[in-house]
Amino acid sequence: MDETPAASAPAIELRALSKRFGRHWALAGVDYTLARGDSLLLTGPNGSGKTTLLRLIATAISPSFGAIRVAGLDAVRDREELRRRTGLLSHSSFLYEDLTGEQNLVLAARLLGIPDAQNSARSLLERVGLDWRSGRPVRQFSAGMRKRAAIAKLLLKPPALVLALLDEPFGELDPSGIALMERLIAELLANGVAIVLATHMVDQGRALCRQRLHLQEGRVASP
Amino acid sequence: MNARHPPGLLEGAFLILRKDLLIEWHTRARLNALLFFALATLLIFSFALGPDTKLLEQNAGGYLWLAILFASLMALGESFRVERENASLDGLRLLPVNPRAVFLGKALGNAAILFGLSLVLIPVMVGLFGVSLALGLGSLGLILVLGCLAISAPGTLYSAIASNGQARDVLLPLLLFPLIIPALLAAVKATSLVFQGDPMSQLNSWLLLLGGFNLTYWGLGVALFPQVIEE
Repeated sequence: MDETPAASAPAIELRALSKRFGRHWALAGVDYTLARGDSLLLTGPNGSGKTTLLRLIATAISPSFGAIRVAGLDAVRDREELRRRTGLLSHSSFLYEDLTGEQNLVLAARLLGIPDAQNSARSLLERVGLDWRSGRPVRQFSAGMRKRAAIAKLLLKPPALVLALLDEPFGELDPSGIALMERLIAELLANGVAIVLATHMVDQGRALCRQRLHLQEGRVASP
Repeated sequence: MNARHPPGLLEGAFLILRKDLLIEWHTRARLNALLFFALATLLIFSFALGPDTKLLEQNAGGYLWLAILFASLMALGESFRVERENASLDGLRLLPVNPRAVFLGKALGNAAILFGLSLVLIPVMVGLFGVSLALGLGSLGLILVLGCLAISAPGTLYSAIASNGQARDVLLPLLLFPLIIPALLAAVKATSLVFQGDPMSQLNSWLLLLGGFNLTYWGLGVALFPQVIEE
């Protein structure tokens, strides 16, 4: 799948990764390596730094100290290429409230340079079970529908994707949505995409992920 | 989905511009509010000066540009409010989209909205202040385009900066107003010449100043916007 020179590089390498917001260290000296195609369950209580860690790896925010490499790409020097190969499913949906679900996806598809953006967007909306509401503005979507639309947007990224960062992916979803999310995670893993899954639903996460990292007050700790 | 060709700078800017105009179209109530705000500003100037038609006509260019400038604060603030909702701007950054394309698209969208607003205000000026177009519509159109672009480029840049702060509504005019003075002066003087005639052939000098201001701030915007939207 990955044809870069660093195809053998780990999916994620974190070295002394630290992030400070004002005087508060949200993450302090995290070291971790995740192999290509592997899956990591990220656990920890509220405020332990899970979301900060995912946002750092996705390059949504910059580290205060330390280094991040994704598939051999440096999070500072190769930021644009890293973003092409990483997908983040976040608490925020990244959707425009005043555009319809379909318009949001078509825009993202065109910005990603996907040919036939309209059909790609429609087929992904159908896949996440949103085709019947795709013509409605996102403002009228329920929380679960927003999450489904965000999942569809994330799925626009393959085949370049090597890493999917999923922050509470089961949150707000109904049982059929949770089953869909589990199927998609299994598909991504089958396609060699590494997964980092942050969730409080530990049992569900354990069933999907091979590795586990527990955070406590911004540091790696024993679960 | 294999043969992907991410858009270049201009195509990316066009997609962002199209997206912003589509959002404005979907939320026409906001455009109406902008229009009524600008009209109310013109009416307030007119009432404040009373029935002195000579004075109104003399200062009409200034009132027009102040109405556009005040309305621009609403438009510029709104332009980044939609990007803050659901962290949509983060979504663009992480896609990834060239940040310079984001700047160009958003700044052109803001300029288009201000230009559309000015087109509605001109007939009102003619009716309310009794102005005539001594130099014709073409000159006025050129001044409006250059003036709206001159507000939009630094306005978009500063709106992006202010949108990260807590006092963003206060911060934007504090940053923008001092900087915009040369462009505002040139636009007001040039518009006044269009309304009152240009016996000393001064129009080109003011247009050159507006053009230079635009070159400087569109260039600065393209150069600095990537740093502004990254953390």
